[in-house]
Amino acid sequence: MSAKINNDVVTEKDTLVKISNVKKYFPVKGGILRRPINFVKAVDDVSFTVQKGETLGVVGESGCGKSTLGRVVLNLLPSTSGHIHFKDEEITDKSTRQMRPLRKEMQMIFQDPFSSLNTKMSVRELIEEPLIVQSNFSKEERREKVEHMVEKVGLRIADLVKYPHEFSGGQRQRISIARALILEPSFIVCDEPVSALDMSIQAQVLNLMKDLQEEFNLTYLFISHDLNVVNHMSDRVAVMYLGRIVEIASNESIYEDPLHPYSQILLQSIPTVSEENQDKATLSGELPSPLDPPSGCAFRTRCPFAHDLCKEVRPELREIKEGHYAACHLYNEDNEKAFTKQGEIE
Amino acid sequence: MTKNNEETSVESEAKTSQEIEDEERKTPFQMSFQRFMKNKLAVVGVVVLVLMVLMAVFAPLLTSHDPTKSDLMLVENKPSAEHILGTDGSGRDNFARLLYGSRISLIVGFSAMLFTLFFGIVTGAAAGYYGGKVDAIIMRIADLIYALPFFVLALTIIAIVEEVTIGIFVTIIAITTWPNLSRIIRGSFLTLREQEFILSAQSIGANDFRIIFKHFIPNTMGPIVVNATLMMATMIIIESGMSFIGMGIPQPTPTWGNMISEAQSIRILRDHPEAWLPPGLFILVTVLSINFIGDGLRDAFDPKSGDN
Repeated sequence: MSAKINNDVVTEKDTLVKISNVKKYFPVKGGILRRPINFVKAVDDVSFTVQKGETLGVVGESGCGKSTLGRVVLNLLPSTSGHIHFKDEEITDKSTRQMRPLRKEMQMIFQDPFSSLNTKMSVRELIEEPLIVQSNFSKEERREKVEHMVEKVGLRIADLVKYPHEFSGGQRQRISIARALILEPSFIVCDEPVSALDMSIQAQVLNLMKDLQEEFNLTYLFISHDLNVVNHMSDRVAVMYLGRIVEIASNESIYEDPLHPYSQILLQSIPTVSEENQDKATLSGELPSPLDPPSGCAFRTRCPFAHDLCKEVRPELREIKEGHYAACHLYNEDNEKAFTKQGEIE
Repeated sequence: MTKNNEETSVESEAKTSQEIEDEERKTPFQMSFQRFMKNKLAVVGVVVLVLMVLMAVFAPLLTSHDPTKSDLMLVENKPSAEHILGTDGSGRDNFARLLYGSRISLIVGFSAMLFTLFFGIVTGAAAGYYGGKVDAIIMRIADLIYALPFFVLALTIIAIVEEVTIGIFVTIIAITTWPNLSRIIRGSFLTLREQEFILSAQSIGANDFRIIFKHFIPNTMGPIVVNATLMMATMIIIESGMSFIGMGIPQPTPTWGNMISEAQSIRILRDHPEAWLPPGLFILVTVLSINFIGDGLRDAFDPKSGDN
């Protein structure tokens, strides 16, 4: 249902990636027969679209399934159900082999610059590898492209003979970016690309990514737990909670007027330097276990506005304001109706 | 004049900074090599092993005797100028047999190691990379081989085959020892599989072959090289042990193992130490130096383990 709503909003623009009702459940095996006894619902019924050239930010606490979502979107992890479309082509059921030619269009920048680069390869080999795998360029052409790209990301040609251990985190992330961009992809999933970096380096890398986006007309799915970073980078923002998207809207709209209680609390919890923070609402309690999510609205256990309805009916993502979707009963005018309807079923 | 001076000074400065950079810039392999060279014992091991290899290669230059030619007029002679280490029970020159025997021992050790390495890498990589059913099948076969005592298995096979050649002997050792290496490689693969650079390789669309040989194997090189080296020492011991009980390379081919088997006779053990002591010492020294090399390699590849 939520997918339909999303589709309406984006009809006039070019859609690059569309995912609808995507679920990713990890089985938890137990017992003597090792049968799945339960599922971790890492991504639960998520739908959205990403437009050409935009950055869709995905925010949420650790463990809410945002990294899994990134991997499922690229089909690096097979989804449990749902549909993923990339450039009008359904990639949901494509095998690893069938995905290979498509990989040059979609790339990923990883979170940890220390484990995402093979330490036994030189910078040149690292950046060149995608070209060797995906293209038929001659050695000379590859050399040229690599040297061009390494300067684009702010490293020197002399760095090409070095190995990853000789670089700092920020520089390593530049190598990762060069590696992701060398094939000139259209879509890049950035999985917390700066969360492992120092504040001062974060800004450099983010600005580099913004510049490159403009230059190469890139589309980003930008995953982060840092609201400031997402605000800086994104055109639209999706807020994730326990595997579900609870709110999705344009950057301005969500930061100026967050609708979902979870988004409101998240935004209030951004650390600021001013003193008026004392009476801020903070999130109490832990993120519930995705093995056993609360009934109805997943957020109700920590929500200051929770009422009985929230326990029984899972709120669907609906358009509250123009282009601003939230999944919360607070904004449902037919609260009554939904409630009685639920009662009838029971 | 001053301008010239300045230019040269700038140039030399640039040069030194470049030199410093060159010195600092080392590939991971070079760093490992440097750590290895710091380990004195390991370097001594290399020197000894090189001497052994040279001895094996140049055996014909070091003795004029034929190691397989028996002379029944010269049975169990004491050392003399002609026969430095005397002769054995069939009148063959012990010194020649010692030199030529190193060939067999080293060849058996080395080729059995290579063969096992091949088996171990293929099975370990397949099990660790593909997981699931492939993993289960390979590991159950490995368990099966593990469950059988090595000597019983080896003796059974040797009893079945008509003639034990070096090739057969090496094959027997390889098929009975690969599970060791296979498990080590599988283990490393399972750890590496969780690393993001493997996902990164998948995300650029690299095929399995490339991921295994460009990403997994280079990062498993440490344990592979260390275990291969230590395995070679074990192979030499196995060959000697089998030959000692008469189940190895058959006479008259000289090997260190079947030279010592002469000492099964109490008389020779007591009266002719020159017949069995040198091959025994050679086995000891070779195995010891290979083990030192192995230890050195382990420290070189994994500086965190070990005391220094």
